[in-house]
Amino acid sequence: MEHITFLVAVVIITALAFDFTNGFHDTANAMATSIATGALRPKVAVTIAAVLNFAGAFLSVKVATTISGGIVNEKVGLQPSIIFAALVGAILWNLLTWLRGLPSSSSHALYGGLIGATIVGVGLNGVNFGVVVSKILIPAVASPIVAGLAAWGATKLAYRITRGGRETTTNKGFKTGQIFSASLISLAHGTNDAQKTMGIITLTLVSVGALPKGALPPTWVIVSAGAAIAIGTYMGGWRIIRSMGKGLTDIQPPQGFSSEAAAATVILTSSHMGYGLSTTQVCSGGIMGAGLGGPKAKVHWSMARRMLYTWGLTLPAAATVAGLAAFVADQGTWGVVLVGAALVIGSGAMWMLSRRQPVHADNVNDTDVTPVEVPQAPIPTPATTTVAA
Amino acid sequence: MSMSIKWAALAETAGVSFVVTVATVAVFALGILALSRREAAQEAAATGTTGSGTANLALAGASVCFAACASVVGYGLFLIAG
Repeated sequence: MEHITFLVAVVIITALAFDFTNGFHDTANAMATSIATGALRPKVAVTIAAVLNFAGAFLSVKVATTISGGIVNEKVGLQPSIIFAALVGAILWNLLTWLRGLPSSSSHALYGGLIGATIVGVGLNGVNFGVVVSKILIPAVASPIVAGLAAWGATKLAYRITRGGRETTTNKGFKTGQIFSASLISLAHGTNDAQKTMGIITLTLVSVGALPKGALPPTWVIVSAGAAIAIGTYMGGWRIIRSMGKGLTDIQPPQGFSSEAAAATVILTSSHMGYGLSTTQVCSGGIMGAGLGGPKAKVHWSMARRMLYTWGLTLPAAATVAGLAAFVADQGTWGVVLVGAALVIGSGAMWMLSRRQPVHADNVNDTDVTPVEVPQAPIPTPATTTVAA
Repeated sequence: MSMSIKWAALAETAGVSFVVTVATVAVFALGILALSRREAAQEAAATGTTGSGTANLALAGASVCFAACASVVGYGLFLIAG
């Protein structure tokens, strides 16, 4: 019982830590283009995003009754140690991509972590690969393309319709519109992603009998999950905001509004249809579409390519780290402590590395987007976890 | 392991997303154009070349456009809370 209580506490703390990284990783989704066009000042943007993410957490607990939406078989294998390992994989991947300024999907990192930890802890039969393909992989490919096409069409029309207007007036109008479209994305993000953390904590409490089966998240869980994602959002993943706002294309107000409108629409229609898509990928797709639909029709393909590679790597990388973590954590309390220590050291190391080239509210709109070169010193990727193991 | 990919649902989601986005942005852009026209009309009225009727008409048009966009956002909020 002692062991279980300790593990449950660790899972709750780690879940909130993941929620925090989820927040600051994804601030860019809603706010990168609003910051890039000057629709919102950086600090104002992250404040609005934080408040709406917090508010979003209270709007619905519909998805909080499942962690994975059927990706892993929750009835047979979702013990706290597996959930813990999954979170470790997801957090480390989120931090590594943030360090490199690359927008990757926090949801995919979590799903990848769950898949990897389940394969090691339960076996291949614990994962519903059919659901992985139909609910994650296909939407992951389709949704950025749809958002890109929609943003492209919307941008073309927006420029064509307002061609006869005064540029100062029309730009002001589109910037005002951006405030609403970005807010809608933030709210939807808070609802979707905070619920994942609520689900993790609630189901962990259910698994040890602290809550009855089928219980809804208690208020303290909703509040803490909402607070963690809001604080993370307010911290602002400035590195990623810069990549998305300035690194992909030169965004003007009509393009910013079109890309945000496309992203908001795709996110809402898809989650209504039950697809677990990535806000990050949808928003990036929208920005690229808006870039191509604009008068200059330009996208920085080297940045787009780096993003694509990262998206493809997210599931397997998080799964690998989580699989290793699951193996170690399964050895008992010392294993859990070891994985926890590896997580803390790994996260701390990446934060230290980020200080070498800090990105913040004041330099976020600088156009010179050079990625952080990964230095010679070993960075905590799967390799470090292996050493720790 | 069941592999049932509902292509029709996927295509429908994609189609709806595309149409809603393009339509909403187009209506919003029309609203902005109307606001821009109103500004021009107001200036013309100030110099006495035209009356204020054009400006009022433009404002009414802009209001209709923005109200339509607001209702789309309202439906979005309804979906989020759903």
